Amino acid sequence: MESLPVGSQSPPIRVLVAKAGLDGHDRGVKIVARALRDAGMEVIYTGLHRTPAQIVDAAVQEDVDAVGISLLSGAHMTVFPEVIRLLTELGVAQDICLIGGGVMPDKDVDTLTAMGVAAILGQDTPPDVIVETVRRLVAERRRAASAAGRK
Amino acid sequence: MSTELYRDETLEPAGARARDSVAQEVEEWEATEVAAFIARQPEQKQEYLTGSRQPVQRVYTPADLADSKWEDIGLPGRYPFTRGPYPTMYRGRTWTMRQIAGFGTPAETNARFKYLIAQGQTGLSVDFDMPTLMGYDSDHQMSVGEVGREGVAVDVVDDMEALFDDINLEEISVSMTINPTAWILLAMYVVVAESRGYDLNKLSGTIQNDILKEYVAQKEWVYPIRPSLRIVRDTITFCAGAMARYNPINISGYHISEAGANPLQEVAFTMAITSAYVQEVVRSGLDVDEFAPRLSFFFIAQADLLEQVAKFRAVRRVYAKLMRDKFGAKKAESMRLRFHCQTSAETLTQAQPYNNIIRTALQALAAVLGGAQSLHTNGLDEAYTIPSEFAMKLALRTQQIIAEETSVTQTADPLGGSYYVESLTNQLEAGIWEYLERIELMGGTVAAIEQNFMQREMADSAYEHALRKASGEHVVVGVNKYVDSENDQEIEVHQGDPAAEKNQIAQLARVKASRDQSEVARSLSELREAASDNETNLMAATIRAVRARVTMGEIVSALEEIFGRYIETPVF
Repeated sequence: MESLPVGSQSPPIRVLVAKAGLDGHDRGVKIVARALRDAGMEVIYTGLHRTPAQIVDAAVQEDVDAVGISLLSGAHMTVFPEVIRLLTELGVAQDICLIGGGVMPDKDVDTLTAMGVAAILGQDTPPDVIVETVRRLVAERRRAASAAGRK
Repeated sequence: MSTELYRDETLEPAGARARDSVAQEVEEWEATEVAAFIARQPEQKQEYLTGSRQPVQRVYTPADLADSKWEDIGLPGRYPFTRGPYPTMYRGRTWTMRQIAGFGTPAETNARFKYLIAQGQTGLSVDFDMPTLMGYDSDHQMSVGEVGREGVAVDVVDDMEALFDDINLEEISVSMTINPTAWILLAMYVVVAESRGYDLNKLSGTIQNDILKEYVAQKEWVYPIRPSLRIVRDTITFCAGAMARYNPINISGYHISEAGANPLQEVAFTMAITSAYVQEVVRSGLDVDEFAPRLSFFFIAQADLLEQVAKFRAVRRVYAKLMRDKFGAKKAESMRLRFHCQTSAETLTQAQPYNNIIRTALQALAAVLGGAQSLHTNGLDEAYTIPSEFAMKLALRTQQIIAEETSVTQTADPLGGSYYVESLTNQLEAGIWEYLERIELMGGTVAAIEQNFMQREMADSAYEHALRKASGEHVVVGVNKYVDSENDQEIEVHQGDPAAEKNQIAQLARVKASRDQSEVARSLSELREAASDNETNLMAATIRAVRARVTMGEIVSALEEIFGRYIETPVF
């Protein structure tokens, strides 16, 4: 397959933003969704109370470049490992970039990044930093994927 | 003493003639001193705005209160209660210092309660974990990883008993932050009280039970809007008959604010939601004066101190007018708004966490200057996780310092009469009425929620606020200004007990194995029957089910068969 250069010619970035578990704090996730949309990305928001399996299914079906999961419930150490496990099981962990957001202690952030979460964006991350982070991470993934002949 | 003086117009600054001359003086001052000063030193901003985006003038004078009536300001404890619900305010009784607590198993939370009581706390407030808030038992698959995490897990009446073990519920008021499952938790509380031989009419406390703001803001729900509203109605009528001192609802602007609303939207939407509840209960045949005195409220205290004070004053006035003029309340108690207040968790930052102590103190001061009846001050570590014991103690000390060292409690509504605060109160009041009219035109509160009106307004405010924060227009010290390159503010955070989930599930299994199964089945079918008839009050059947040790999750699922489940269409 012909490899696409990453830049103005590449297809728009598709992002799934999701709320996992029972936590209903959706102010942040909606700001993220809107900031990414305003930056020209295609954004799908799952709505609240999704399970890791539902999120991963939606990500695969929607063929997204990135999944952003927002969690303010403290359940991040349960949710992210499960999402990583499912992404790996389906063989898409290298192609779909996983990003976390919300309230979590520093040491958990370190553990999660070591596990494969591409970035954790805390509650005070400005919208333009979120947009830039997603662009950068997705560009890296696309380059790596095209080098490996996956896309 | 002052009657004679008051009549002398020359000594009465709010008199019409005086006002005209003040307006003239202001105009002349703008043209001379102000113009000259600005020519030398321009003001730092083109436009000054409050948190609700209300323009702020350079100075306020009696001319700005030209249309104000003394009747709208009045005296504390008297209609329209602008200055407070009680005539003596904090001189008679300091607000209730009510730090919310809840984590892990009921026994762990019980220990935290006893600690807080020992530190001088005067009321209890329970935070439940997400499964309890959403109606799932601890052993449900949706609960994995969340049991006891953000609050305490309560599945069955035995848990409620353990939560208040060795605490006299006739002596301390207990507030429970619980919404879609509030009626079940209330039933558990009643069953515990009965088993201890308490008089239900002596129990004072509150369940939040404000389901409409859930669809708008906090997003904890089970059933669709209309059956949920019926459950709220049932709890209000039940308490009106059986629990004379209990607040069956705590109508909450707090979450509306935290979800993004500005201060005006917070109080306006809360008043719209209040109207919907009052209408619903009145429609069931109860006289407004039979339940309105027990309606209670919950607002946020944000950073913008003076606007917050004006907000509390404005909403008290609007509520009084609404209850008297729209709902025909006759009793003063039905028109006086009493509120719990909490400082804003959303303003707390992970960066430089000690700064959060100062933020919280200033917000708490706004609550007190605004006449709150009870107060929760946030812990400095809440941008990380649920607060540690030390963080809660500091937060409580913050309140004690305001109450006992600052002297702001000595007079009611100390900012009343400030030209600025009175003007802003008027402005906010007008803004609330405007929103209420718009909502009325949409077909009322429930219709407006169904049309995502409030949700959209709040998403817009939240997004604009985020952009202002990002641009630096809205300063957050330590985050977008005065940023430290190195973190020199290490804090200890609360460590949850990883075994709590397992312990709670094991406890639930023991209860399920030891109860009379036929009694469980019978009470569940009774509940379904009660739910099927919209005119039947659900409380009696729920209390019987709870007594039979039916779990909260079982009750919730049984009624889901009748009521269905709410599905949100999110807007962003």
